[in-house]
Amino acid sequence: MAGESNTRAGRIGDVILAVEGVSLAFGGVKALNAISFDVREHEVRAIIGPNGAGKSSMLNVINGVYHPQEGTIRYLGREYHDMDPHQVAVSGIARTFQNLALFKGMSVLDNIMSGRNLKMHSNILLQALRIGPALREEIEHREVVEGIIDFLEIQAYRKSQVGQLPYGLQKRVDLARALAMEPRILLLDEPMAGMNLEEKQDMCRFILDANDHFGTTIVLIEHDMSVVMDISDRVVVLDYGRKIGDGTPDEVRANQAVIDAYLGVTH
Amino acid sequence: MLYRENGQFKSTYASDQQMLPILQDRIFMAGLLLFAFVAVPMLASDYLFLSLLIPFLILALAAIGLNLLVGYCGQISIGHAAFMSVGAYAAYNLALRVPQLNFLVVLVLAGLIAAAVGILFGIPSLRIKGLYLAVATLAAQFFTDWLFARVKWFTNYSSSGSVSTAPIEMFGWKIDTPAEKYLFVLGVLVGLTLVARNLVRSHIGRAWMAMRDMDVAAEVIGIRPVYAKLTAFAVSSFYVGVAGALWGFIYLGAWEPLAFNLTLSLNLLFMIIIGGMGSLLGSYFGAAFIVALPILLDQVPNLLGVSMSTATASHLASMIFGGLIVFFLIVEPHGLARLWAVGKEKLRLWPFPH
Amino acid sequence: MKKNWPVLLLGAVLLIGLVLPLVTGAAPGGFYVEVLLGGLMSGVLYSLVAIGFALIFKASGVFNFAQGSMVLFAALAVARMAEAMPLWLAIVLGTVIMIALAWVIERLVLRPLVNQEGVALLMATLGVTYFLDGFGQTLWGSDIYKIDLGIAKEPVMVLDKVFKGGILVNKEDFVAAFVAALLVAGLVLFFQKTATGRALRAVADDHQAAQSIGIPLNRIWMIVWSVAGFVALVAGVIWGSQLGVQFSLSQVALKALPVVILGGFTSIAGAIFGGLIIGVGEKMAEVFLGPVLVKAFDLAGGGLENWFAYVLALLFLLVRPEGLFGERNIDRV
Repeated sequence: MAGESNTRAGRIGDVILAVEGVSLAFGGVKALNAISFDVREHEVRAIIGPNGAGKSSMLNVINGVYHPQEGTIRYLGREYHDMDPHQVAVSGIARTFQNLALFKGMSVLDNIMSGRNLKMHSNILLQALRIGPALREEIEHREVVEGIIDFLEIQAYRKSQVGQLPYGLQKRVDLARALAMEPRILLLDEPMAGMNLEEKQDMCRFILDANDHFGTTIVLIEHDMSVVMDISDRVVVLDYGRKIGDGTPDEVRANQAVIDAYLGVTH
Repeated sequence: MLYRENGQFKSTYASDQQMLPILQDRIFMAGLLLFAFVAVPMLASDYLFLSLLIPFLILALAAIGLNLLVGYCGQISIGHAAFMSVGAYAAYNLALRVPQLNFLVVLVLAGLIAAAVGILFGIPSLRIKGLYLAVATLAAQFFTDWLFARVKWFTNYSSSGSVSTAPIEMFGWKIDTPAEKYLFVLGVLVGLTLVARNLVRSHIGRAWMAMRDMDVAAEVIGIRPVYAKLTAFAVSSFYVGVAGALWGFIYLGAWEPLAFNLTLSLNLLFMIIIGGMGSLLGSYFGAAFIVALPILLDQVPNLLGVSMSTATASHLASMIFGGLIVFFLIVEPHGLARLWAVGKEKLRLWPFPH
Repeated sequence: MKKNWPVLLLGAVLLIGLVLPLVTGAAPGGFYVEVLLGGLMSGVLYSLVAIGFALIFKASGVFNFAQGSMVLFAALAVARMAEAMPLWLAIVLGTVIMIALAWVIERLVLRPLVNQEGVALLMATLGVTYFLDGFGQTLWGSDIYKIDLGIAKEPVMVLDKVFKGGILVNKEDFVAAFVAALLVAGLVLFFQKTATGRALRAVADDHQAAQSIGIPLNRIWMIVWSVAGFVALVAGVIWGSQLGVQFSLSQVALKALPVVILGGFTSIAGAIFGGLIIGVGEKMAEVFLGPVLVKAFDLAGGGLENWFAYVLALLFLLVRPEGLFGERNIDRV
């Protein structure tokens, strides 16, 4: 896998998303402390760090679920002080959640179709009668979703209730739903947590394929170092809400501050 | 082995997405509709129409409405009869003051007015949920109770506060026999059930269910909570408003303001709990259950040769209701609809045990 | 309380509404005080029921819709038993019955539902309401019964030197207020000073944490429900002696819902303040605002009491959902 990164490096474009000086506090606890980093188009950017470093909080800020007290977010050339979740979704950022935020009462197919919601515009009357544009929409988007189902190899489960699937498959449905939004940036929060080796390999393959074929920029939080080193182009390291490293996997691996953080050396 | 999908392959998405993909289901539904529209009017007695079938059909419509809001969108409402009364009084005033209007138009307008009121009382759901929303919906209930009892314009300045309606006449067809009333209500119900099924299967329905299951995630994938919740309230209130108009015009004929009180609201809620929340079929089961139970309770003592006063019978009915609610919540929270689905699954394998 | 403009605005409007009748001279001083007192007294009655709500919610997070039915059941039991024995004995037996009833409800209904979400529990207590209403009336009968506490029913004229014509007050109302105060004092002592009370507060705060330090959850819930049952009895006896014991008692107790919304679902102090505010508010609205509306809109009579409490609760929900004394962690969207 290491050899591939050279050929992929040529595809990386300009900075598409940048956070500058973002600070987030809950009461007295500072989750994020003046974090700044950027993300380039088409790259795979990993965010790593020990538990509690603020990684999920960072994604939540980008998503608009949390609002930072300080700092700005630059996306597609515009500056924001905080993001609005709907606006974020419309402008092409999708995400998966650490604890799987799937819609347990719906089937796999419906879950993924709900990711197409932003692109379905027929009004309520047409939907009620299921004629014309409404019917066409359902079929067109069903086709797109089936493409994603093929891509992630979950055809056999499309009509099953999501809550009844094993964990690894649920994670794939979560990814599928995010991909259904056809996002420019995909935020993945620990997509491989709780998976065995085989499942991890599959997931890596899917992520890289999404990056290759759809050109999706990937920002992922991950704990498995071998995965991070193998598939990411650049890495940001957080510890206690601060950024302590930023660069290619090799650079970060050699960074003393990062090594200290992981070994638990107090500073 | 009669009920299986063997050999029924779908080659287009359209056919996969149709309402009744399994052939046996389609045959069953066709048979059921034939029975309902043709056989029943010929076979049933007036009593059956008036005390069982017509209330069942109208309450099923109301239950579908409430189910859309509570079962599909996860917003609780324990004051929903308020919207039935809005529909009923709206229809009454429209029929009274604009008598040229065709009754179907009156129904639709009454539903739309109820939908507007529903949106208004749905606004609190944008800020509060669960239990707190339940109490807010009670405000709707008691306020509309008061409004229609006190603001005389609504009852056309009637001295007793009651209103009465004439039999409906449309397209030259005077609907005054029980069988005709039954057919009219059945037609409206079948049509609106179809619409509900369509809505639930399309993107608005998925948005509702997403709000019910996990609203934060729903927002993150781009669903607008305001739009989802308010449309749920609007559509739900439309259905319930139409049901209210039918209830007043066809079932009751004449009514006083307390005809749409809290008891009715709670009955609607019980219908969807027992029948199955988030299931259109469940709404039918629940309505049938709630309509049939008091009648059964009336008849059973006679059959057993035991005499029971109506007061005792109604107390007993309360106890059985309450007991069943608790029973269903503990044993089968998804109601009769789930039992039905389980039964169908078993039927697929029959006569094999696994 | 942080500066919260909508809350202050709502409070200001309510205060203005409160003093307006006095200021505009629409009501002579004595009459105004009478209405105020009447409102306060009915507020005390609401509080009695609301305290039961708050107790159970505080300890188990369950909203006991059936509290009103429990009040009715207790009142029916005492009223009927008192026909055959001295009142004090009826009350003692009634307490035993209510505690037993509370246990049964907790065991049979709530224990099995412990893992389901709040809405399911709410519906379950609704089911219990229906069951209890029917059961109580089957057991004890459905006429109107009396509870005679031995207090004179005629109102007494007081303060006729201060206000022209004096004001009429009911002795029973004072007894009710006194009993409510005793009850609250007892509950406060119980919660603050005893080990069980501390355990209850721990459970209310965090079930799992309490369990992990060895507090027996089931036993605590039994205790809470028993206390709630007793509170229902007290409320039932007081209400019953004032209004007569009849089925409508269960419905009137529904009004305690807005009370806990105003006061905060987990606060006993809130139940009291909420009750007083609702009681006064609705009486004032009925007596002073009602005629104004009737004239302005040509209404068929007043009846504001039927919805005032709920609409007030609705407004509170929109500006301050946690109530006056509740905690901030509600299901806010």
